[in-house]
Amino acid sequence: MILKTKAQKKKLAQDLAAMACRKPQNDIWRRLLRNKLGMVGITIVVVLVVLCLFANVFARYPYDFQMFEHRFEYPSWQFWFGTDNFGRDLWSRLLYGGRVSLLVAFLATLISGGLGAVFGALAGYFGGKVDITIMRIMDVLMAVPPILMAISVSVALGSGPINTALAISITGIPHGVRIMRSTVMAIKGNDFIEAARATGSSSARIIFKHIVPNTISPLLVNSTLMIGGNIMVISGLSFVGLGVKPPTPEWGSILVAGRQYIREFWPIILFPSLFITLTLFGFNLFGDALRDALDPRLKD
Amino acid sequence: MGKYILKRILWMIPVLIGVIVIVFTIAYFTPGDPVMNILGAAGYTPERYAAKQAELGLDKPYIVQLLTYIWKLTTRLDFGKSFGSAIPISSELANRLPITVRLNLLSLVLMVAIGLPLGMISALKQYSVLDVVLTSLALLAAAIPGFVMAVLAALIFAVYLKWLPLTGLADWKAWILPVACSALPGMAVYIRFTRTTMLEVIRQDYIRTARAKGLAENVVVRKHALKNCMIPISTVIGTFVANMFSGAIIVETVYAIPGMGMYLLQGINSRDYPIIVGVVFCVSLLVSIVNLLVDIFYAFIDPRIRAQYVSPKTKKELAAKLMDSKRSIEGAGN
Repeated sequence: MILKTKAQKKKLAQDLAAMACRKPQNDIWRRLLRNKLGMVGITIVVVLVVLCLFANVFARYPYDFQMFEHRFEYPSWQFWFGTDNFGRDLWSRLLYGGRVSLLVAFLATLISGGLGAVFGALAGYFGGKVDITIMRIMDVLMAVPPILMAISVSVALGSGPINTALAISITGIPHGVRIMRSTVMAIKGNDFIEAARATGSSSARIIFKHIVPNTISPLLVNSTLMIGGNIMVISGLSFVGLGVKPPTPEWGSILVAGRQYIREFWPIILFPSLFITLTLFGFNLFGDALRDALDPRLKD
Repeated sequence: MGKYILKRILWMIPVLIGVIVIVFTIAYFTPGDPVMNILGAAGYTPERYAAKQAELGLDKPYIVQLLTYIWKLTTRLDFGKSFGSAIPISSELANRLPITVRLNLLSLVLMVAIGLPLGMISALKQYSVLDVVLTSLALLAAAIPGFVMAVLAALIFAVYLKWLPLTGLADWKAWILPVACSALPGMAVYIRFTRTTMLEVIRQDYIRTARAKGLAENVVVRKHALKNCMIPISTVIGTFVANMFSGAIIVETVYAIPGMGMYLLQGINSRDYPIIVGVVFCVSLLVSIVNLLVDIFYAFIDPRIRAQYVSPKTKKELAAKLMDSKRSIEGAGN
């Protein structure tokens, strides 16, 4: 291209300057923001989280407020999502229930992600006997199907949000370990790790300064996808009579409690499943978009 | 190859013993006194309590109980007796296992038979209307709680339309709904997984080469793309089977199918630990066997993996053959 005018020259200079200071982070943001489905996902998640977090603002009644004259009411201006068999406002119950569901799912993800990351990093970094020992234990944990593991632990620990989160978190550990291990192993082979070691960095310094920052993105993607899966497991636990028990509202338990009325009164089953489905949908869409944005192979 | 399979089979033993140890330990340390549950407050006297405790073997220390359990299980396939009834757990399991295995195998076949082609079509026609519709439907189906789907399907097809029976396993028609419900969540994820794998494979250089040398599109897909897809998409089947068994608990309960899932539910509701331990172990065993078969299967289809386990004798023969052909080429050159 021949630069004729001053304006063209100026534009080229600007472009070059923009290219020079383009950071990889900006690329990731750009790719993420451009992914329409991902943006739909994050919007759903943010709206749901805000609604549930400020349940006390958005709810119209206390979650356990029983109005016996208003049992099994269909959606109306007074009760947006109708009322349940005790005449409790479903909209309010679902918002307060969402607090518990999301909190349990988030907590479980945090615990299993954290433990998975620590053990995965140890296995991947040290290799040898440490690796073999950790991976053998993971083989055993992985041999038990997730829901069965959650059920066994949940029976032992009893109900309640914290216990349920613990029970679910155990099922996610092996997957977290595997992801972290393979990431760390891939990073370990890079020259900059060799350089750090050559200049006398300790193992701890190499792990925290050089390896951990590079493992954030796979962990983030895994956690996002895990939160949705955990909400599903919570509802599965509620179905078999474990998990968070009434009167504490939780999406899974509201859904299961409404099961016997499914033929006569649809709102009691439709709205809780809608909330669960939307949350899962949102987290999955966002997780997929995040993975695509962080995957350097898909760069354009 | 034989060595690899043997190694894989032998490795299952410590894993399964590990599973027993973990599940047994969880059950052992669960709060609550099974002996009191059986006797009830009315039937309690110290003598009766001690007698029942001794009968169930619960008076021995933890490690003795664990070792006895493992010993009985491995030598006599004895899972002990449930606290609630006197029927041995192993005979209950023997009755229920075939039903659950059949349900899950049928679901697995359905999942792969529909999920694999749909995922491939979706990838080959990326961003087409079909792809968008399939991907969205799959995302949605994966996000609906399993029991809602099972209950809704029962309501629509059995209660309102009356096309299919609601419960029981009288004839093949009765299997349609349970199998479909237990296959669908996995299928949704499987479609997306196949699509992603396929998209990765068709961007590879060897696919471009195959197209560049003028091969017909269906040959490229069948011979080059599909074969390279097979490893990741068969490896994940193990994971899907594990999830499917978990989902079967829900499906069996909704459709009143007397399988392992119903039995587990019975064990949970009455806090009957021997049942829970037995079912969890049995399902883990089945999942491990499926994983073993998958591993063997892809060792057979992937020459890269097969090559790692070639016996030294065959290796020597191959090397000799290679040298021969090299020599003959050199000879022809001269």
